[in-house]
Amino acid sequence: MAAVISAAGLARTFQTKAGPVEAVRGIDLAVREGEILGFLGPNGAGKTTTLRMLTTLLRPTGGAATVAGHDLAADPAGVRAVSGYVAQSGGVDPQISVREELVTQGRMYRLSKSEAVTRAQELARELDLGGFLDRKAGALSGGQRRRLDIAMALTHRPKVLFLDEPTTGLDPGSRADLWDLVRRLRDEHGTTVFLTTHYLDEADALADRLAIVDRGEVAAEGTPHALKLRHGGSLDATLQDTFLAITGRGPSPSLEQTRPGGPPSADSTPVAV
Amino acid sequence: MLLHDTALLYGRYLRQSLRSRFALLFGVLTPLLYLLFFGPLLTRLPLGGTGSSWQVLVPGLLLQLGLFGALFAGFMVIVEKGQGVVERMRVTPVSRLALLLGRVLRDATVFVFQAVLLVLAALVMGLRAPLAGIFIGFAFVALLTLSLASLSYALGMRVRTPQEFGPLINMVSMPSMLLSGLMLPMTLAPAWLDVLSHFVPFRYLVDAVRDAYVGHYATAHMLYGALVAVGFAALTVTVGTRVFRTAGA
Repeated sequence: MAAVISAAGLARTFQTKAGPVEAVRGIDLAVREGEILGFLGPNGAGKTTTLRMLTTLLRPTGGAATVAGHDLAADPAGVRAVSGYVAQSGGVDPQISVREELVTQGRMYRLSKSEAVTRAQELARELDLGGFLDRKAGALSGGQRRRLDIAMALTHRPKVLFLDEPTTGLDPGSRADLWDLVRRLRDEHGTTVFLTTHYLDEADALADRLAIVDRGEVAAEGTPHALKLRHGGSLDATLQDTFLAITGRGPSPSLEQTRPGGPPSADSTPVAV
Repeated sequence: MLLHDTALLYGRYLRQSLRSRFALLFGVLTPLLYLLFFGPLLTRLPLGGTGSSWQVLVPGLLLQLGLFGALFAGFMVIVEKGQGVVERMRVTPVSRLALLLGRVLRDATVFVFQAVLLVLAALVMGLRAPLAGIFIGFAFVALLTLSLASLSYALGMRVRTPQEFGPLINMVSMPSMLLSGLMLPMTLAPAWLDVLSHFVPFRYLVDAVRDAYVGHYATAHMLYGALVAVGFAALTVTVGTRVFRTAGA
């Protein structure tokens, strides 16, 4: 299937008082349509920065990317029209009611007033928020709040949904619900989902394919199975061990000598699957 | 589209202001205290120019309202940044100019409302001024708060914590108030202070509103005041919109 997101050498350097900081050194990535991609990496690896570039919030300082055929640099408005984004912190005002937030969001996507009201009800029904429309966002539980954040991002039926650590801070039940929701979005609407996570069990259970970033580059990519086989040593390897092997922060006989401090070894450069 | 988006965001933020009625009235408290406890001191002093001391003081208090109120508007955007609201809006197709205008027009509305309250109180205290002059005063308050709020949002988008923001604003607002002759006209000042005050843009606004309050509309002060107010607004709105377009912090 065609790539709905493709990035080549996507990079971002921040100028700080202490000199330039290469937050993202060069991301090469292709995400297929209808795929759930898990974007993993240690803290500070450049996950959120990459996400913020792909959603037009941050201008890349190098490389290029397209989202559903729209070039990031040349057509940011086109990218915005086809993608939804849920930041780690969410994005609703706790003082405002669920209904008002959903309707205003619809209006920001240029729906008419009545269309926005209808869409808000649709989204509330689809994301199981129907009973809370008149409640203030701040009065929702963690799981309900997350569903509201996602409902906001789905207002314009985006082709691509970017989720930044969507289940951080949720209880196990809410996490399971959210996984079901993500799968349903893909199955029923064909939405491509690009999600970052720190939970390896989440990546294992939810993602069709993983991209592991380290030091601002994609260190490895493939299905969870393939990665376990290639980097963890066997199919029975845990994703935890695989992850540590790839990012050079754990025991792995083949990688340990080559990795620390040095350039990425041949084993951990991007691999086409 | 710009109009649609601006109206949408203006409505959102105006409702936000209406929800906190206390804050809405609180802003007018400081100038009101000046009016009550400082104004009476001036009634017998020779302030120069024509008209009563109230016609000198009230224009100053009106602009003080803007200076101390609107300059702090950026605090709200720091809160919204933390909630993720700013980024959530920035990934929608909503106009970047509207992201700023919706906010600052709300601020201008709130401060003009407070200015009306202040002028009503001043009328009770003894202010007499031509109606047209009073309305010109409100127009200047609107333009000034629009500019200062834009500046404040731009700054709020740039700083990381409210702790950085407060001192920065105080550093701007205190000298601006003293040097622009908000409390007493700079014509009373020694030459060096008078010269210095001409480098503070608010000086021109105060002079213009003071002229308006004594019914002098076609003066050099009025011309300079209007030019500075419009120029300052154009500059700050441009800067503010740029920040909403590119903010990476």
